[in-house]
Amino acid sequence: MSMPNVVPQQRFERENYLNQEYGIWSWLLTTDHKRIALLYLVSITFFFFIGGFFALLIRLELLTPAGDLVQADTYNKLFTMHGMVMIFFFLIPSIPAVLGNFLVPMMIGAKDLAFPRINLLSWYLYIIGGTIMLHCMMTGGVDTGWTFYVPFSSNYTNTKFVEAGIAIFIAGFSSILTGLNFVVTIHRMRAPGMTWSRLPLFIWAHYATSIIQLLGTPVIAITIVLVACERALHLGIFDPRLGGDPLLFQHLFWFYSHPAVYIMILPSMGVVTEIIPCFSRKRIFGYSFVALSSIAIAVFGFLVWAHHMFVAGMSVYAGLVFSFLSYAVAVPSAIKVFNWTATLYKGSIRYDAPMLYAFGFLGLFTIGGLTGLFLAALGINVHVTDTYFVVAHFHYIMVGGAVMGYLGGIHFWWPKISGKLYPEGWARLAALIVFLGFNLTFFPQFILGYMGMPRRYWDYSHMPEFQVLNVLSTAGATILGVGYLLPMVYLLWSMRYGKPASDNPWNAAGLEWKTASPPPTLNFEEQPVVTWEAYNYAELDAPPRMQEVPVG
Amino acid sequence: MADHSISEHSKSLPLKLYFGVWATLLILTYVTYRVAYVELGPFNSVVALVIAAIKATLVALFFMHVWRAGEKFIKAVVLASLFFLLLLLGLTMADYMTRPWS
Repeated sequence: MSMPNVVPQQRFERENYLNQEYGIWSWLLTTDHKRIALLYLVSITFFFFIGGFFALLIRLELLTPAGDLVQADTYNKLFTMHGMVMIFFFLIPSIPAVLGNFLVPMMIGAKDLAFPRINLLSWYLYIIGGTIMLHCMMTGGVDTGWTFYVPFSSNYTNTKFVEAGIAIFIAGFSSILTGLNFVVTIHRMRAPGMTWSRLPLFIWAHYATSIIQLLGTPVIAITIVLVACERALHLGIFDPRLGGDPLLFQHLFWFYSHPAVYIMILPSMGVVTEIIPCFSRKRIFGYSFVALSSIAIAVFGFLVWAHHMFVAGMSVYAGLVFSFLSYAVAVPSAIKVFNWTATLYKGSIRYDAPMLYAFGFLGLFTIGGLTGLFLAALGINVHVTDTYFVVAHFHYIMVGGAVMGYLGGIHFWWPKISGKLYPEGWARLAALIVFLGFNLTFFPQFILGYMGMPRRYWDYSHMPEFQVLNVLSTAGATILGVGYLLPMVYLLWSMRYGKPASDNPWNAAGLEWKTASPPPTLNFEEQPVVTWEAYNYAELDAPPRMQEVPVG
Repeated sequence: MADHSISEHSKSLPLKLYFGVWATLLILTYVTYRVAYVELGPFNSVVALVIAAIKATLVALFFMHVWRAGEKFIKAVVLASLFFLLLLLGLTMADYMTRPWS
């Protein structure tokens, strides 16, 4: 299998997962986790730009106080479909299904995931769900808000809620299958020597994410079925006239949808935990704390859901319990932030594009997390519920946190994925544009919300003083849009014209860097055996020593 | 390895058992239906939930091969699922049991 030494020097292209087979069927019927990751990359990018298009229309409408660009009903559909597409068809699969799919087997020294065919099935389920969602959007759309609260979704809306529900239901199974694959793979397929305490923290983060996907997603599937049953068959589940309880819907919905936030943010934390040690040239500070805090977030994440319901009519006692528990979930997140910061301390920091995104993540996630604590406080929550403060808060987590991590990860592993280097100057510029555009878009929304601008309103002509901040926000969104388009352009460009990447261009630790770029179909020429700790940057950077020769 | 585990399962769980479990599930469904017509007050729900729990347990134990699953991993998955179900029910009850108006 191994090539003679002279061959690579003659620019002979090594056989890898990209050039092993050609043709459309070699992609559509592949069971190679790396190719499936690329299928996901293309599909979620498509949905990202659809969701982004809706966001653009929302921001354009809010540019002026009057409801002049679209009508109220259309606006309801815009923010609903923006939310549904971005959450279920972009953020949830973003890092796990693209970077996780590509990297989990390689990082633990396996040839593929435990169930390669189930992996392909998960992509097809995603595509089926996505196609139904597209059909729903093109034939009238849905206006329930992405949270599709009853009784509006079950009794009143005359838009295509059931179709959107079916799309989300099917995409949910795609997510469950990805989680299942990761859990089994991480338990069963680690290379010899790859103990739990040597696993990259990206793997710990994905393990925690998979637990949420497996345990949480079925609950939203059931919730959708129940709403559909109530809508179609008039079963009394949520409707009080039939003996149901409308808050039961919110309990069930948020039992999944709050942990779903951690499905989005935990993998991103995993990415950042890989990037920061590499560009600080230091071992991660507090390995076991970072690892276990991922698990803690996954578990605690299931205990806080009703902080979305403080003003919904829940009992005061439940409000107190959930407020307290919501504070508790901040602890493991803070542990991570402190450990990343401590890793930076006295590191030899390099400011390459992935690190810029990681820095962006650190700051934005911290702001998003701390404003989450504001919202967990019962009194403040009553004041800012359903205002732009909430919108700004969760965009700081989901866009400032999750998408920053996603872009950082795409850049960091791009040489491994494509075998090509991306143009560093452009990438740094894009990272800067994204950071500036993001803050200009969403920081004014904190102020707007605190001043009392409600979310989901298309017209604020009774409060024209809100316009300045809304204009800033829309301007920021335009800049942010440019920041997102740039990487797509230069990454595609680099696939053809980029300089060939070496196997380990960052001199990074981790098994995925010990194989070729791009990797061969089975990832490693020989079964790797792990004899070192994770993030052994001190060893990697140590000057080469003379090999000791035994005497005698 | 896969073949090995399949043969193990088929050895430990004969076809008769599957049909037996299936028949039991059908009978329990019928019992649920009949009991719904008997006036038991608040205990109608209790009985229906108990029967449903028994059915779910049967499905997990036999159809999902948790019965005699030698591996700790599978047991851990089952226990974790039950734990999270209890979290869902328990914390939801933190709301329902403490509402002054109901």
